[in-house]
Amino acid sequence: MTEKEIVAIINKVLCDEFELDLDKMKPEALIYEDLGLDSLDRVDMVIVLEGVFNFKIREEESIRKIRTLGEIHKFVISKITMILC
Amino acid sequence: MSLKRVVITGMGAVSPYGIGVENLISNLIKGKSAVQSLQKNRDTESLKSKVVAIVQGIDPKEIPRKYRRSMSNMSIYAVIATREALQQSILSKEALNSEKVGVAISSTIGSAETIQKFFEGFVNDHNFEKMRTSLFFQIMNHTCAANVAQYFGIKGRILSPSAACATSCQALGYAYEMIAFGKQDIMICGGADEYHPIFTGTFDVMNAASTKYNDKPILTPRPFDKNRDGIVCGEGSGIIVIESLESAIARSAKIFAEVVGFATVSDTSSIANPDSYAVELCMKEALKDANISPDEIDYVNAHATATIQGDISEGQAIYRLFGENIKVSSLKGHIGHTMAASGSLEIIATICMMNKNILIPTLNLEDEDTECGNFKYIKQLEEAKIKFSLKNNFALGGINASVVLRRYDND
Repeated sequence: MTEKEIVAIINKVLCDEFELDLDKMKPEALIYEDLGLDSLDRVDMVIVLEGVFNFKIREEESIRKIRTLGEIHKFVISKITMILC
Repeated sequence: MSLKRVVITGMGAVSPYGIGVENLISNLIKGKSAVQSLQKNRDTESLKSKVVAIVQGIDPKEIPRKYRRSMSNMSIYAVIATREALQQSILSKEALNSEKVGVAISSTIGSAETIQKFFEGFVNDHNFEKMRTSLFFQIMNHTCAANVAQYFGIKGRILSPSAACATSCQALGYAYEMIAFGKQDIMICGGADEYHPIFTGTFDVMNAASTKYNDKPILTPRPFDKNRDGIVCGEGSGIIVIESLESAIARSAKIFAEVVGFATVSDTSSIANPDSYAVELCMKEALKDANISPDEIDYVNAHATATIQGDISEGQAIYRLFGENIKVSSLKGHIGHTMAASGSLEIIATICMMNKNILIPTLNLEDEDTECGNFKYIKQLEEAKIKFSLKNNFALGGINASVVLRRYDND
């Protein structure tokens, strides 16, 4: 899976789960302010990503510091790369 | 301590006819049945009863996802019905958000569909890791009350008196007492339920669901009719705004009726079968609370779900208390049994009847079962000026509830 494909999957599943507009899925988009999500959504986002990519990330400290969609992309790409290595 | 008078200033409905009080009352007057065939699928295959009265024409997405994520259909129905009731009551946003405004809304159970979805996954791996955060908010017993409060910013008391088919009658009654005691100025009250096959299944196993009219759904249920054969389960929400008379007058609100009496009693003779004398006791207590005698009641809107035993118990109790001249009808023949919503939807219909000076007959009542009481049954739409009416609701669990309504003519 290429990085571009991973980004496309993340954007699609988050759009489906949170009824977001695909046009708003820019890397610089702030999760709370721009995408309109909140702390409950953040928990559900982790559950969705764990389900799609078949990994466990809920206990990782770095996930809690994420502020933008681009940081989610980077986090997931790095996690998948780490697993494959 | 003097009690405050309590009046109704807003009504909203989501019924098997669709959205709106006008939609509800106009279809009741037309004598239209909302009963239809139950959709065939794996969950309904084993049911003997194949008839249902479900809500159509709702677009849940009109509620923003931020609020909707914690709602199953029952809360969506409750929010839509509340919106109509609040529009009618013309409450300002400032007044609505005061701590003196509360909510009393409940359902039979939390969302059965959401519970089913969760357990379909859970029974395979016994793991909670896939559980969405919004799930609990849909299955908790006070889901409708909490969701309505969140959506409309209600800051007062939140009450969720779950009592199956007597739920919304109790909700109105307890809310009425809170206002009468001056604890709240305004209460948004009623009930809601969403259809799930577990409801039909529950009555099916007790041989209390209608099965003989599966090929002709509009001919069932048949309250008080000799050929009745049981309940048709439905869904919806009825929401009523009540407030103290002084609050309504101070803000020049339109008053639709006055709540003057309420009673609820426990029938310990059986958890399932209603005892006629416990039904009578409940109505007597409601009349006592209203401080009126039986001969002052002009109309009884019966619970009458069209079960063999239930209609006899209620009918005989009404007959003993009010005699043969009392006007009685049940609206279950039109909209089925909307469970926790049935009390408030039928109270709304009763108030509309009082204001329109009409009495709506029992749909599908063709051959009266005199064992239910030898009344002069309402057989067609009648003109009548009703001063006092009484509404009954009885629930599995041995819970009886009755409300007395008074016509309000600026007096």
